[in-house]
Amino acid sequence: MFLPETAVFCITLLTYGAILLLLIYYVLTLADLECDYLNAQECCRRLNFWVIPKFGCQALLCAMLLICGHWVMFLLNLPMAVWLFYELQRQRRDSLGVYDPVDIHSRGLLKVHLRNCMIYLGYYFVMFFVGLYCLISALLKGDPIKRHEDDEIITGF
Amino acid sequence: MQSMNLNPINGPNPGQSLARRDYRGVASSQPSSAQQLQTSAANTLLAASGPAPSLPNPMAVPFNANVPSNKSPASVFGGVATAPKLVTRPPTEQKLPYGVPAPTAAGPEPNNNAPRAVQPTMPPTAQRPPLWQPGVAAMPANSIMQSALGNSQGFMPPPLPASQNVPSQQQQLPAPGMFGAQQQQHGNAPLQYQAQNVQQQPLSVAQQGFSRLWGQDTIDLMQNRHILSPATIAPPKVVLHNQFHESINCSGSIIRCTLAKIPESNSLLQKSRLPLGIVIHPFRDVNSLPVIQCVNIVRCRLCRTYINPFVYFVDSKMWKCNLCYRVNELPEDFQFDPATKTYGDVTRRPEVRSSTIEFIAPSEYMLRPPQPAMYLFLFDVSIIAQQSGYLETACSVLNRHLDEMPGDARTQVGFLCYDSFVHFYSMAEGLNQPHEMTLLDIDDPFLPRPDSLLVNLKECKELVRDLLKQLPKRFAHTHDPGSALGAALQVAFKLMQASGGRITVFQSCLPNKGPGALEAREDPNNRSAKDVAHLNPATDFYKRFALECSGYQIAVDLFLMNQQYSDMATISGVSKHSGGCVHHFPLFQKTKQHMVDSFKQCFKRYLTRKIGFEAVMRLRCTRGLQVHTFHGNFFVRSTDLLSLPNVNPDAGYGMQISYEESLTDVKTICFQAALLYTNSEGERRIRVHTICLPVTASLPEVMHSADSEAIIGLLSKMAVDRSTASNLSDARDAFINATIDVFNAFKIAQNLPSGQSGQLIAPRSLALLPLYILALLKHPAFRVGTSTRLDDRVFAMDSMKTLPLDQLMKYIYPELYKIDALVYHVRNSNISLTQDEDYDDDELLPEMQRLQLSAEHLDSRSIFLMDCGTLIMLYVGLNVPTDVLEALLGIRSTAELPDYVYGLPNVVSAESDALKRFMLRLNYDKPYPPLVQIIRQA
Repeated sequence: MFLPETAVFCITLLTYGAILLLLIYYVLTLADLECDYLNAQECCRRLNFWVIPKFGCQALLCAMLLICGHWVMFLLNLPMAVWLFYELQRQRRDSLGVYDPVDIHSRGLLKVHLRNCMIYLGYYFVMFFVGLYCLISALLKGDPIKRHEDDEIITGF
Repeated sequence: MQSMNLNPINGPNPGQSLARRDYRGVASSQPSSAQQLQTSAANTLLAASGPAPSLPNPMAVPFNANVPSNKSPASVFGGVATAPKLVTRPPTEQKLPYGVPAPTAAGPEPNNNAPRAVQPTMPPTAQRPPLWQPGVAAMPANSIMQSALGNSQGFMPPPLPASQNVPSQQQQLPAPGMFGAQQQQHGNAPLQYQAQNVQQQPLSVAQQGFSRLWGQDTIDLMQNRHILSPATIAPPKVVLHNQFHESINCSGSIIRCTLAKIPESNSLLQKSRLPLGIVIHPFRDVNSLPVIQCVNIVRCRLCRTYINPFVYFVDSKMWKCNLCYRVNELPEDFQFDPATKTYGDVTRRPEVRSSTIEFIAPSEYMLRPPQPAMYLFLFDVSIIAQQSGYLETACSVLNRHLDEMPGDARTQVGFLCYDSFVHFYSMAEGLNQPHEMTLLDIDDPFLPRPDSLLVNLKECKELVRDLLKQLPKRFAHTHDPGSALGAALQVAFKLMQASGGRITVFQSCLPNKGPGALEAREDPNNRSAKDVAHLNPATDFYKRFALECSGYQIAVDLFLMNQQYSDMATISGVSKHSGGCVHHFPLFQKTKQHMVDSFKQCFKRYLTRKIGFEAVMRLRCTRGLQVHTFHGNFFVRSTDLLSLPNVNPDAGYGMQISYEESLTDVKTICFQAALLYTNSEGERRIRVHTICLPVTASLPEVMHSADSEAIIGLLSKMAVDRSTASNLSDARDAFINATIDVFNAFKIAQNLPSGQSGQLIAPRSLALLPLYILALLKHPAFRVGTSTRLDDRVFAMDSMKTLPLDQLMKYIYPELYKIDALVYHVRNSNISLTQDEDYDDDELLPEMQRLQLSAEHLDSRSIFLMDCGTLIMLYVGLNVPTDVLEALLGIRSTAELPDYVYGLPNVVSAESDALKRFMLRLNYDKPYPPLVQIIRQA
């Protein structure tokens, strides 16, 4: 309730947009690795750098939606935040990050990562439009059309 | 038969005619499935008195090809058979003149249990009481697997020698000195062919022949306990189609595939429940290796495959790649045969004649000038290290073999010691003796001087020798409990950064100072717990460091000589990811002579063995397959490229293969491993191994062609991964489930009746799988319930990942032999001591039969030899005849043997000589001769 509804959804939409761009960068980098344009260490270093910011964005977004009381949006965002947290937590103590250069080429991990990225992309794509819808409906909430008491629309002349 | 367009193998005449001529009888087009045999072929053949018209002349050939000439195929599970149940088999058995294995040596024994070739020379069996009550059968294979397989309600397996049936079993055991006859058969015939038509006796006879012909015989594991025979141990033969049958495939000791015939699709592979993968020993010491120097190495332009014996020559100017099927041009000079100095015949080129070959690489294969051999040694000199006294031994061995270390005139060496601080030794020119510098700031390590820490070995040999003499004394009275391994590694990295090379670390306690310090994690009271914790590294320091090293072509080898818990799991990361090797000498003490000896042997081998620097290995496979997971010590740099800063001849690797697309339209597939390395003389070389395997669409064929040793090699590697990723009990369950799955799959493949049949039919190729799995479950790496130090367990797991297959099999399932046969042989053949040298070893030695590791084979009148790979144990029974003892060990009774005896006593006698020769033969393929330990029966 600290922010006007439109501002909340504006921020939401911007976050989604940023994460979408980041994910496209992920997919490109992983594809580079797959085609051997990039070595594993460099690739993983680049990707791991953005893992925490991505999780941070998602977590903050969740918190903001919760505080502002947008329950439905909060619940829609929660699973992704939980998953990203789990992904960070499940690393072993010797792991060099979510993307580990030692493992990335074995056990089909590269494929798994690519698939995950695609799923994220899909999710955020859908969420982006949900956010857009919310923003528009928030903008439209204050009825822009002038009416009389008996709902008669005044057309101005 | 499918028509094949892309197929490089298939000449202009595919199809039936080719298949007919396919003379080893294993082509997919042969009527080899059990069904067909049952109905048509077998009947016809039985009715016919001569060679059946449907299967023309080459019938005799496959028989000869499949079975070594000196023994009948029936003897493979040989031994003197007790009366078989199938005695009602009609005498049609003898009507087998057409290549069905009518045993030449054995005569018409109803169940074809021909005695082995050596047996006829044996004196008649003497009845003897069981002197040795088997307490623990090490491998109750049948019983446990039976319960695991869960198809045995109400059925009593013939398992551990239960007390009441022991006498009856042992009644017919021969006297000591007899050999081979302990192959007791329980009840049924040893080879149970296609068990569903046991009633149709005449059919089964012919089938028996055929299935053996095609290597498709089965064994009922519930009935046959003694399955360890040459036939089950020998890996399945790779039999290629006509065009390639002369091409020599890569030796099985270098590359082994888990399946000698590749299933044509992923679904078929899934049906067989077998893992698909290869185990490879790429840098193995080989005796004859063709080395080629040529201007341009012929490779496929698309997939960069090296030309190999399995390519298809479209005409004299073109060749078709067997991996990606691109048609490439042949360069002009490829027509020239360097051996005979003639032009015109491309098939004479060594590249096309040998599937293991080495190229001397031109400069395109170098990113920088080949590096010189660089060796840096790091010694832990903390108080614990000094108490163990390893430094003295290490320095003396190093001093002795300094000249034998591989390298040229540019070879450089350096030495660092570390306790709480790091000590440098400068051997600059003009110094009379080495200067020591001590680095106190271990949190931010730096090099005290830029040069003369690594010195040219040739120029400074005297200084180096001097240093090696002084080092043990220098730290003899230290009291420093610290060990700053991390800091020492960091400065070592800085030293080696410029050129790359090998860092050898001797660590004897937990690193507890500076970067990379660790804490003791193991709970000593919990060593036999079911749940093993701390199999994973505690910090990422060592892994990060190793990756950094790998980038600069530095490999770190670790010798862990620990007295107490040293967190092998974490420290070994430094070798694991940098392509190094790990050696472990737990509780090393200089007072224990046998430990010193085995360390000396190992270290000597380590110093003098070949080494390849700045190596990369790539494994290419035919289109449709891809490498899924890699096992071993390396860093995977890109999808199929392994970065190996150092490669040594004792390192093995494993790869799991998965399908990208199905292989229905090809007849063979190939794997090619190419290892590019710089040898110690600064020459860039490429060693290429190619293996070609046939593709099949039949499930039974897949299962019959399984290579159980390679499967075990791969499964053990996968299980290590599972233990670290999940936990140990998961890995153990996975072992058992994998076995159950395989045998269920075989049941389905053979249309065997499901449910409680009291049978466990296994293909001969997989007969030993349950045995090996049980051995793995009892191995220090995977056992639970027995107290196992965490470091030992982690090292055992490491070894599973890195040992080459032949050594791994000895490590998992040691070889047990009864020495009596040797003594018997020596005494019965008139070989005098004098003529030894001229003879081939094998001619002097009888064929020794391996025994299962079961206490039932032990008896007090014999001497047994167990070969564990790095240790050979001689077990001397209490009642061994005096003359044998005297001849072999120079003692008069077993009681004279002390508790701990190492090394074979020097006795001059024919028997002792034969034993030494036998050990030599066992050690032939090993990196270094193992320690011999003699134990006596308690």
